Amino acid sequence: MTGGFETTAAGNRAEPPARERRMPSVVRVAAARAGIEVKCYFRNRQAVIFTFALPLVLLLIFGGIFSGDAPGTHTPMKQVLIAGIIASGIMSTTFSSLAVAIAIERDDGTLRRLAATPMSPVSYFLGKIAQAFVTGVLETVVLLTVGVTLFGLHLPNTGARWFTFAWVVVLGIVACSFLGIAYSRVAPNARAAAPVVQLPYLALQLISGVFFVFTQLPKPMQVVASCFPLKWMAQGLRSAFLSDSFQQAEPAGSWEHGRTALILGAWCVAGLLLSLVAFKWERAKKVR
Amino acid sequence: MPGPEIIGVSGLRKSYGAVPVLHGVDLHVGRGEIFALLGPNGAGKTTTQEILTGFSSRSAGSVSVLGQDPAGAGPEWRARLGIVPQDMGSFDELSVKEVVAHFASLYPDPFPVDTVIQRTGLGEKANERTGRLSGGQQRRLDIALGIVGRPELVFLDEPTTGLDPEARRVTWELIRELASDGTTVMLTTHYLDEVEALCERVAILLKGKVAALGAPGDIGGRAHGEAVIEFHADGPLRDAQLPALHNAGTPLAAGPDGQVRISTATPAAVLRVLLDWAVQVGSYDLPGLTVTRPTLEDVYLRMIASADAATPAPAPAPGLEYIA
Repeated sequence: MTGGFETTAAGNRAEPPARERRMPSVVRVAAARAGIEVKCYFRNRQAVIFTFALPLVLLLIFGGIFSGDAPGTHTPMKQVLIAGIIASGIMSTTFSSLAVAIAIERDDGTLRRLAATPMSPVSYFLGKIAQAFVTGVLETVVLLTVGVTLFGLHLPNTGARWFTFAWVVVLGIVACSFLGIAYSRVAPNARAAAPVVQLPYLALQLISGVFFVFTQLPKPMQVVASCFPLKWMAQGLRSAFLSDSFQQAEPAGSWEHGRTALILGAWCVAGLLLSLVAFKWERAKKVR
Repeated sequence: MPGPEIIGVSGLRKSYGAVPVLHGVDLHVGRGEIFALLGPNGAGKTTTQEILTGFSSRSAGSVSVLGQDPAGAGPEWRARLGIVPQDMGSFDELSVKEVVAHFASLYPDPFPVDTVIQRTGLGEKANERTGRLSGGQQRRLDIALGIVGRPELVFLDEPTTGLDPEARRVTWELIRELASDGTTVMLTTHYLDEVEALCERVAILLKGKVAALGAPGDIGGRAHGEAVIEFHADGPLRDAQLPALHNAGTPLAAGPDGQVRISTATPAAVLRVLLDWAVQVGSYDLPGLTVTRPTLEDVYLRMIASADAATPAPAPAPGLEYIA
């Protein structure tokens, strides 16, 4: 045989050589996945531009519509809006992006291909979440920059407020990423993925106090929104950016940090469990 | 079956709900063999492969692949397996080299990335985004991803569909090399020439059962079965009375276009009679003489036709036909 695969001069291998077969660790593979996911994401220019542009455009439009202070407060409505849109931007780059991307990968055979390798689904998860993390953080930075330069938003002025900002963003990204992985199961195929994802995303945006002061929404909407992470992400971000006097416009008359952390943390755990139930390598099979 | 057993299947059954798909399949494939699973769409090829690769459960029977039951096998088992499915998945944003290197990083003991890229004939495209590859190049990338993990057993699902003849030869050569390195190859295909060119043994799957199993040259009794003698009754042969064949009841006659076609289990004996007759009538030749054994395709189509009486047998070639 000439030019075969075995570069050693072993010739025919009647028995496989006793090779060291150490499986690459879950963490190492997850890092490789994260690298590939981020690379693929940013190489798709149009997708990147439009994903990042959407919250930015919303910010500019609603920032142009609303003027003056939020009703009953001394806080400019634009600043309330920015906090909400950052939360909504995180949901868009994590929940929506992941749910759509995984539905497409399931449909076009990518998942099946990966499932045929020794890779653990945990590594796949971690790679997806790492990619969502990178894009979520980047989106937040872009919106913050625009907020500070165009809308007079004040960055957090104390260490405690920066800390609040950090944990709200991290818990929000993790919870929404897991939920996106789980929710991808709801889309029967790639074509249905976008509309299937748009429904909860748009509905939650409207009822979670992103574009409107939360306490001015009808009570039933407030109750529903309080069951989901977006409301708490927006509230947590307001607590990091807005003056403490705005607390009077919050439902409990306070920032409710404890409850925010509890509910976002609970959604992280629930999201993990839901994605483990909903996502099975074996289901990667394309339905013919 | 040469060498130790790599795939062992006995009494494999599978039903989807009340619909049976496999009715007791038995297969045994040895190390280093190139084994083909052949069958029309819906015969159960894909289902069999899915069970063997651990993607589907079975209803009954025993299955051993690389010494383990695929139903409960873990990542260590997957690492020894290469699968080339029909759907590639999309890695459009990545270059050939990036994708192959990524897949290599998922395995404990992969082949060198450059070797795989060269051997699959993608050397010139190593830095090309995979989204810009032609269909045939995509297919070769599929194969590269299936073998980069240095598998002991490779499943190839229609590996050369969509390839041009040159690319098919390259792929065949690649598969032969893998096998000569001790890799066991199980492929499904619709191309019978591919089976004849590559495979040591083939199983023909019809309606969820193994209808025939053996070397491509032997299957359906090809080596000992009927041969077809054809020639054109031209010149002095045209007006001459064809000879009687000792075990043919009716005297032979050429068809209206002069083409004579004789099916016989004893082609040498029939040829002797025909050649003597040609000399007698003043011709020293039988123009356009061919003696052919039924091709694998003939055997295969006949099997499908008899398995499914609703499907008509292929029409015979024009010209008169005799059974000698």
